[in-house]
Amino acid sequence: MPVAGVDIGGKTTKIIILEDHKILAKNLVLTGLETGKTALTAFQQVLNDAGLSPDKISKITVTGVGKKEFSLGHNEVSEVKADAKGTVYLFPSARTVIDVGAEEGRGVKCSPEGKVVDFALNEKCAAGSGSFVEAMARALELPLEEIGKLALISTQQIPMNAQCAVFAESEVVSLLHAKTPKSDIAKAVHNAIANRISSMTRKIGIEKEVILIGGMAKNLGFIDSLKKDLGLEILIPEEPEFVGALGAALIAQEET
Amino acid sequence: MDKQFWRWKEYNWKEEKLNWKEARSITAGIDVGSVSSQAVILTAGKIFAYSSQRTGSDSPQSAQKAINWALEGTGMKLEDIQFIVGTGYGRVNIPFAQKAITEIACHARGANFMYGSSVRTILDMGGQDCKAIRCDERGKVVSFLMNDKCAAGTGRGMEVFADLLTIPIEEIGDLSFTVEQEPPPVSCTCVVFAKSEALRLLRQGWPKNKVVASYCSAMAHRVVTLLERVGVEKEFAITGGIGKNRGVVGRIEKELNVKALTPTWDTQIAGALGAALFAQALLEKTKSLN
Repeated sequence: MPVAGVDIGGKTTKIIILEDHKILAKNLVLTGLETGKTALTAFQQVLNDAGLSPDKISKITVTGVGKKEFSLGHNEVSEVKADAKGTVYLFPSARTVIDVGAEEGRGVKCSPEGKVVDFALNEKCAAGSGSFVEAMARALELPLEEIGKLALISTQQIPMNAQCAVFAESEVVSLLHAKTPKSDIAKAVHNAIANRISSMTRKIGIEKEVILIGGMAKNLGFIDSLKKDLGLEILIPEEPEFVGALGAALIAQEET
Repeated sequence: MDKQFWRWKEYNWKEEKLNWKEARSITAGIDVGSVSSQAVILTAGKIFAYSSQRTGSDSPQSAQKAINWALEGTGMKLEDIQFIVGTGYGRVNIPFAQKAITEIACHARGANFMYGSSVRTILDMGGQDCKAIRCDERGKVVSFLMNDKCAAGTGRGMEVFADLLTIPIEEIGDLSFTVEQEPPPVSCTCVVFAKSEALRLLRQGWPKNKVVASYCSAMAHRVVTLLERVGVEKEFAITGGIGKNRGVVGRIEKELNVKALTPTWDTQIAGALGAALFAQALLEKTKSLN
């Protein structure tokens, strides 16, 4: 029988319907302010896509910061557990998972079975999460999809003094006033967050293979900066933002 | 253009009764901070004029603007000032200042003048940093702790909230006391995350005054942890822009269970005032050497 994994993140909600390790349908929506309601609508949508009625889903496992808001869930699983499970399923050689989402950054060390061995986490400060890049894109007046690509063409290494996202926004504005090219500022932004993420992950020890997941894994500038900071190759799944939901669905499947 | 709720009023002030032409010394202090800049002019050790405005994109210009505005309408010229000390984040970039002194020393010195020699602990709540300073009876720094890494507990953080809630920043303090019951503080420390939290609270039907109260209380809690690490000895005084926000000040007093001294001067000029006092001491030293 099909199972569902629901991952309610700070910015987006992801849902996967799984049957015998096969993805029947998936959905990604903005979490918005009415978390529970949005998730229910998204769930209905994904069931429609799969052509299933709610009673056909044998188990629903929920993860993500908003997991408590979802009324249809059968059980909850921590984000780090879901990350480890989903990543090792996609990459059996994965030992370190770096998950950078909108409002959290996580480093997870995992076993070959996809169990959590150790983890480090930043949920307190926007400077170590996707929100940081989002705020800087706003200050640079660039769409979020562009800022990463733009960083790749930078030729100049400039430092970013501010750590805090609020202060960094003012710094970006000052750099713009000083006629610094946007590409160089974009590079500095990505280097800054990559540095914070890698020092967080180093706390748990980095073991190969390293897999990057979460929404920030779609940002080419960040990937480039993180690779250089770690001095390692990084593997990235095709749909990095769905790994948490996939992990939750796999855990649901194991438990049925 | 949309109304900018974070934008606080810029101002200048002068003492009409003082005749500067007869003063035996004229000195000035200029505090170029990361968010605001102030200039204070002293004549024979008395506050003669001051100004406060937003810092622009470069320090020399901001310093020039600050001193020009303080001088405005006084008949005094820049050349009449015998000694100028610069302080604040942009202090090394003030071309017409003879010396630069750290803002920590200047705030302690300024607070000592403003509040009297009984002050032992000063909380300077600036635009982009927050400092807890311990000083002696002469206003000399004994120890200090500072947060300049994170916007939580700084004026910038409050500006972000004023904008988010579309409440003029000067009204936030009073509004925060209109709640029937004190709400719990916003749980996120980070200003960016606190913003999302506030949006959720508003969505849940919280009125603006309750959200404001909740944020003021989170900010108070944040700086109290800094103060407790340096240790609070009486008398206690608050300087900087947030010193004018009753909503934050009142909650700091409550959490510490210590009353802050009532300011007789604008709390935002403390740094520039301290710099002007240092300038006066330095001027007297050069005079006695000659």
